[in-house]
Amino acid sequence: MALTGIQIFKMTPKKNCKECGSPTCMAFSMKVAQGAADISACPHMSEEALATLADATAPPMKTIKIGAGDAEYTLGGETVLYRHEKTFVSRPRYAVAICSCMDDATIDAKLEGLKKVDYERIGERMYVELIYVNYSAEDGQDKYLDIVKKAAATGRTLVLECTDEAVAKAALDICKDSKPVLNGATAANAEAMNAVATEAGVVLGVSGADLNEIYDTIAKLEGLGNKNLVVDVTGADVKTTFANAVQLRRAAIKDGDRTCGYPSIVKVAKLAKDDKYLQEALAALFTMKYGSIIVLQDMDYDQALPLYGLRQNVFTDPQKPMTVEPGIYPINGGDENSLCLTTVDFALTYFVVSGELERSGVPCNLLISDAGGMSVLTAWAAGKLSSGTIAKFIEEQVKDKVSCRKLVIPGKVAVLKGDLEAKLPDWEIIVAPNEATQLVKFMKEMA
Amino acid sequence: MPFNQKPQKFSAKINTVTIGTGDKAISLGGESVLPFYTFDGDIENAPKVGVEITDNGIDDSLPGIKAFYDGCASVADMAKKASQMEGADFVVLTLVGGDPNGDNKSVEDLVAIVKEVVAAVDCPLVVKGCSNVEKDAALLPKVAEACQGTNALIMSAKEENYKAVGASVGLAYDLNMGAESAVDINLAKQLNVISTQLGVKADRIAMDVGTAAVGYGYEYVVSAMDRIRGAALSQDDATLQMPIITPVANDSWNVKEAVASEEDFPEWGPREERGIGMEIMTAASDLVSGSNAVILRHPQSVATIAKMVKELV
Ligand code: SF4
Repeated sequence: MALTGIQIFKMTPKKNCKECGSPTCMAFSMKVAQGAADISACPHMSEEALATLADATAPPMKTIKIGAGDAEYTLGGETVLYRHEKTFVSRPRYAVAICSCMDDATIDAKLEGLKKVDYERIGERMYVELIYVNYSAEDGQDKYLDIVKKAAATGRTLVLECTDEAVAKAALDICKDSKPVLNGATAANAEAMNAVATEAGVVLGVSGADLNEIYDTIAKLEGLGNKNLVVDVTGADVKTTFANAVQLRRAAIKDGDRTCGYPSIVKVAKLAKDDKYLQEALAALFTMKYGSIIVLQDMDYDQALPLYGLRQNVFTDPQKPMTVEPGIYPINGGDENSLCLTTVDFALTYFVVSGELERSGVPCNLLISDAGGMSVLTAWAAGKLSSGTIAKFIEEQVKDKVSCRKLVIPGKVAVLKGDLEAKLPDWEIIVAPNEATQLVKFMKEMA
Repeated sequence: MPFNQKPQKFSAKINTVTIGTGDKAISLGGESVLPFYTFDGDIENAPKVGVEITDNGIDDSLPGIKAFYDGCASVADMAKKASQMEGADFVVLTLVGGDPNGDNKSVEDLVAIVKEVVAAVDCPLVVKGCSNVEKDAALLPKVAEACQGTNALIMSAKEENYKAVGASVGLAYDLNMGAESAVDINLAKQLNVISTQLGVKADRIAMDVGTAAVGYGYEYVVSAMDRIRGAALSQDDATLQMPIITPVANDSWNVKEAVASEEDFPEWGPREERGIGMEIMTAASDLVSGSNAVILRHPQSVATIAKMVKELV
């Protein structure tokens, strides 16, 4: 819970020495309470007071780091339940599951298969970040260690599901340096698993029969000094799992119950086993509401393209629009002789326009100029898209690379036509329709 | 110490809108909790799934759709088949062919198709316009007339043509009206306000607040729906308490991922699977954001989303 200025004031030494930059301790305390000053500005606070304050001002949800080096990911740390309230900060990460109960050929195929999905979309690399490695007691320790080795060799970050301490320890001996998650703590083994995880320095996953048991186990682990946790919210069915995910997140963020404030693991692969389509639906559902690690049976392009697109959208900062790099984007095999069309660098505009142009089948070049990531009309109103900016862009970055001298401008800024004709005398300026949906017809007529 | 469960039940409620007649009639809305938050309170009416067909007949570029409608000789045959699809609660006829920039079919031709469909199915019927506001203003009143007595939902009433559409759908023929706005809480609210001022009853309005396919500015959809649901439930804003119906199919099947051929992108695999993925994920996201009904095209998406809803409610 946030502290009031008075509560903070009680912890200051009340020297009024002004070293913090505030005239009095009271004034300083008020600023800290409002978030306008940081407590570290006062050099005279006692250790004890600092610890109390750190605890009180800690965010409601822990930020947990998993993986190492290039494969390190940040989970949690959210401060809101809805993105429009501020922003979400940590996107969920997707895992493909393997199990020591599978035969070697299946495991090899899965490990090979998950590498297929690897592409870039608006500056973000899209790939399967995690491998979920499930231990099947029946198949023994050796088989498990074997598949842990294989999975670790891919360089992806691992999530080990194993509730047997000895096996977990042996598995961590293989891969602990790459900072996997050990999803293995239950009410029954919490202390022993805690020792295994803390010794290896890895994040510990907690699961339980229901929310009460999960809550008690987290509280127990926190009591043992371990706050480096994630919670496996996967229940017996979809309904329970969704209830667990939402209620934990809400209790942490809305009610400030920090024992609930850990990232989640959702095993969609288990909830909808062998039903690829239901897994797709659930992966989207838990990307929207409160999954942090989402485990699927497989990841092919037909799942990845919509799923990573959804994640990229939902986890953008509402204050910062997504943009695409300015430049020349050839479409349908456009070359230097193809028609040129221009629009803004706002990612949504780019996607809608390029999608329609692709649908037209007509070869062309889409020219994207820097318009501050705004839509056409907003950019125009803000002076980020004008005859001047377009002409400059064409002169500096386009005219030497294309020989076509026809330029199509967005219908919404048809007013720029005259000015552009004056500024770019070699070019024929053509006005596109107002709406992107009319582009297919327009392009077919132009061709 | 057990987990401290704090149910969040609102005193406000989403309106209930009933579509269709008899045993097969469906109700949208009625809940006073957030989507699928059954742990906070009961969800009176589970979200519903509709199957979209168009006056253009069968889309034979998709094997799954072609096979499903195999043997259908008319749009009415398709409607009948669609109503029997696994997971389907209602059928949606979209009159795309009316678009003056497209096939520009006449009002008479389209109304004739509507009449055949009305006669062919006994499930709840939803009719969508061609998305050209002038044409819809002429077309939809005639569609309403043809749907008299069916308690259908006529969508595509926009700010530009709500008077013509609302006067016939809501007032003259006492059907349900779908108020269409573009992913913005204020636009949605404004259209509800002026529609009720016109005399359309609030419990006869379903909102189509718009969507985008996931990956295509979907963040705006999430935030618009989150805000609309927030206003309806936590602020008890009666002008936003209409249930939401979201046409998912058109956006999903028109983005690059669902359009590009396998020849052009061999690593992406079959086009149909990608389109299904788009449709399923967009629908699931719309539902968890607040849609009370989604409109889908592919039998696989319909079955899957119906299954997801069943598991969650
Ligand atoms: S530095 Fe610390 S002790 Fe000095 S005035 Fe500021 S708060 Fe008070």
